[in-house]
Amino acid sequence: MKTLVYIDHFKGAVQPSSWEALGVAKKFGSAVAVVFGENANDVAKSAFEHGADEVFVADDSSLKDYLPETYASTLSALASTLNPNLILFPTTARTRELAAMCAVDLNTNVMTDLTGLEANGDSFVATRPIYEAKLFEKVNCVGKPVMATLRGRAFPKPNQETGKSGTITKVDAKGEAKSTVEGYSASESAVNLGDASIIVSGGRGVSNNPSLTPPAGLDEKQAEIWRAQQGFALVTDLAKVLGGAVGASRAAVDAGYIPYSHQVGQTGKVVAPDLYIANGISGAIQHLVGMRNAKVIVAINKDADAPIFKAARYGVVGDLFEIVPALTEAFKKKLGK
Amino acid sequence: MKIIACIKQVPDSEAKVKADGGQISWGDAPLVINPFDEYAVEGALQQKEATNGTVTAICIGPETAKEALKHALAMGADEAILISDPALNNMDTLGAAKVLASAIQKIGADMIIFGRQTLDNGAGVTPAQTARLTGYPMLGLAGNIKVNERSVIVERVLEEGKQILKANLPAVISVVQSIGEPRYPSFMGIRKASKAEIPVWSLSDLGISAPSEMIKRDELMTPPARETVVEMITGESPAEIAEKLADKIIAEKVL
Ligand SMILES: Cc1cc2nc3c(=O)[nH]c(=O)nc-3n(C[C@H](O)[C@H](O)[C@H](O)COP(=O)(O)OP(=O)(O)OC[C@H]3O[C@@H](n4cnc5c(N)ncnc54)[C@H](O)[C@@H]3O)c2cc1C
Repeated sequence: MKTLVYIDHFKGAVQPSSWEALGVAKKFGSAVAVVFGENANDVAKSAFEHGADEVFVADDSSLKDYLPETYASTLSALASTLNPNLILFPTTARTRELAAMCAVDLNTNVMTDLTGLEANGDSFVATRPIYEAKLFEKVNCVGKPVMATLRGRAFPKPNQETGKSGTITKVDAKGEAKSTVEGYSASESAVNLGDASIIVSGGRGVSNNPSLTPPAGLDEKQAEIWRAQQGFALVTDLAKVLGGAVGASRAAVDAGYIPYSHQVGQTGKVVAPDLYIANGISGAIQHLVGMRNAKVIVAINKDADAPIFKAARYGVVGDLFEIVPALTEAFKKKLGK
Repeated sequence: MKIIACIKQVPDSEAKVKADGGQISWGDAPLVINPFDEYAVEGALQQKEATNGTVTAICIGPETAKEALKHALAMGADEAILISDPALNNMDTLGAAKVLASAIQKIGADMIIFGRQTLDNGAGVTPAQTARLTGYPMLGLAGNIKVNERSVIVERVLEEGKQILKANLPAVISVVQSIGEPRYPSFMGIRKASKAEIPVWSLSDLGISAPSEMIKRDELMTPPARETVVEMITGESPAEIAEKLADKIIAEKVL
C-alpha cells in the first residue's frame, strides 16, 4: 500500500498535523511525503525524521506562494505518475482547496476532517463528524486514489528520529496560476487553534472591568477596546504559562477586541484541545459546538447561571480580572516557571 | 456585474440531530439557509451595490429548499433558481460542484460567491471543486472583496494572517464572517420574496446526467453522551481559588 502525504507549511513552518498524517500512512505501508514551495528542502528533512520513506519536492519559483491552482496541478501530476492508493492531508484552509481540486483532476473525491481511518482490503473506512459533531459517519471513497484530510490531533504524532534521512526527488511545477499574491498583512500574528493542546479563551467579559481607567481622550468604543486589551493581556499571560493558544468568542471578535482568526465556534474554528479555559464567555450553543469536545473544560464567569458551566468540568464564579492573574501566578509557582 | 450566490438549506443549528434507523433526523426543527451562506448572500449584495449589479441565488435541494432561496430574495437578491432532481438524492460534494458548475455556465456570471462550508456535511470543498470545474480562479475564505473593472482583490483570512489575492473575473469566491453581518430581510423584501415564482431546473434542463457518487456512507453513529458534572471551585480569596483550581487541572494530566 502506497500513501502520498501532503506536508502543509506556511513559509517553511509545518502544520504539525502533517506529521500525524505521515504516522497514519506508515501504518498502512510506504509513506511518500510531498513538499511544495519555499524552504521545501528543510521541510523535506523533517519529513524523513517524522517517518517518510521517500520525499518528493517541487520548489519552483511559481510555487513560492501557495496558490490552489498551481499546487493542485503539480500534486495531481505527481499522483498520476506515482499511482498511490491513498493521498493524505492535514485539514487546513489550504488543503481543503488543494484536495478539492486534485479530486476533480483525478476523478475521485476527498473525505474531509477525518477522526478515524482504517484499511479495509484495498479500500478504506473513514470516520468523520457531521452536523457540527452531533453525529459521526463512516464513509468510503469508491474513486481511486482515495483522498482524505485528517483532523488535527485526532491521530497520534509519530516519534521524531533525529538525523534520519533519505533521497529527495525533485519534480517540476505544473499548471498555471489564476491569481497573484499582492501581499500579506503583518498586523496579525499566527494562530493555530487546530493544533493547540491548550486553549485559553476570552469573551465579551474581558472588557468588563469598570475599575480600570482608560487613558484620556478615548471615546466610549475605544475605551471599551482598551479595557478588552487589558483583559486579553491577562488571558494571554495565562496561555503563555501553559504553553497554549489564545481563543475568543464571537462577541469578542465582533466587538473588535481580537481578530477573527482567534474565534472558536460554529462560524470560527472547531477545536478539541486537552484543556480549554473559557473566561467571560457565556456559553451560547454556537460557541459550545466549537469546543465541547475538549477533554477538560474550565469556566470562569461572574454569573453562576451562565450556560458554560453546564459544559465545564471545573467552574469558578468570579471576576476574571481577579481569578485569571491569580491562576497565572499559581501555575507559575507550581510549574516552576 | 452578474453575481451568483450559491446557497444550501440545512437544519437549524439548535436542532437535535439524531441517527434514526440509518437516516438522519432533526425532528421538527426548522430548515434554514446555511448560516455560512448568509454571509455569501451578504457578500453578493455588497458587490451588487458597489457595481450596480444583480444577484442570482441558486440552490440544489428539494422543493422545500425554496424557503432558503426566499430568504436570499428577502435579503435583496434579484432572482432565485432551485435545482432539484430525484437523481440528486445521493450526491457528494463533487456531484454538487458538477451540477453548480453547469448551472453557473448556463446562467453566466462575473462572480460566484459561496459560504465557507455547510453546517451539515461541513466538508468545505465544493467552492474549490466548482472553481476547478469552471476553470475560474478560486479566492477562498475572503473577509473583504473589492472589484476594480475586470479584476477583483480579496483579503483572505488564513491562520497565519491575511493574504491579499488578486485575480481576473470571472472568479469563484468563498467568504467568511469578516465580510460583514448578514442584513435582515426588509419588510418590502419579505413581501417580494413571498410572491416570487422560483423556477425549478432539473438535470435535463442543465443538459447533464446525474454525477456518480464517489463517497458513500456505510454507517451513522451517535457520539457517546458526555456526562460532565461540573465541580465548582470556591475559596476565601482569588489566590486560594486559583491554588485549588491549578491543583485540579494539574491532576487531570492535560498540561
Ligand atoms: C449564525 C451564528 C453563528 C455564531 N457563531 C459563533 C461562533 O463561532 N463562536 C461564538 O463564540 N459565538 C458564535 N455566535 C454567537 C453566540 O450566539 C453568542 O452571541 C456569543 O458566543 C456570545 O459571546 P460571549 O459569551 O463572549 O458574550 P456574552 O454572551 O455577552 O457573555 C459574556 C459573559 O461574560 C461574563 N462576564 C462579564 N464580565 C465578567 C467578568 N469581569 N468576569 C467574568 N465573567 C464576566 C458574563 O457573565 C457573560 O456570561 C454565533 C451566533 C449566530 C447567530
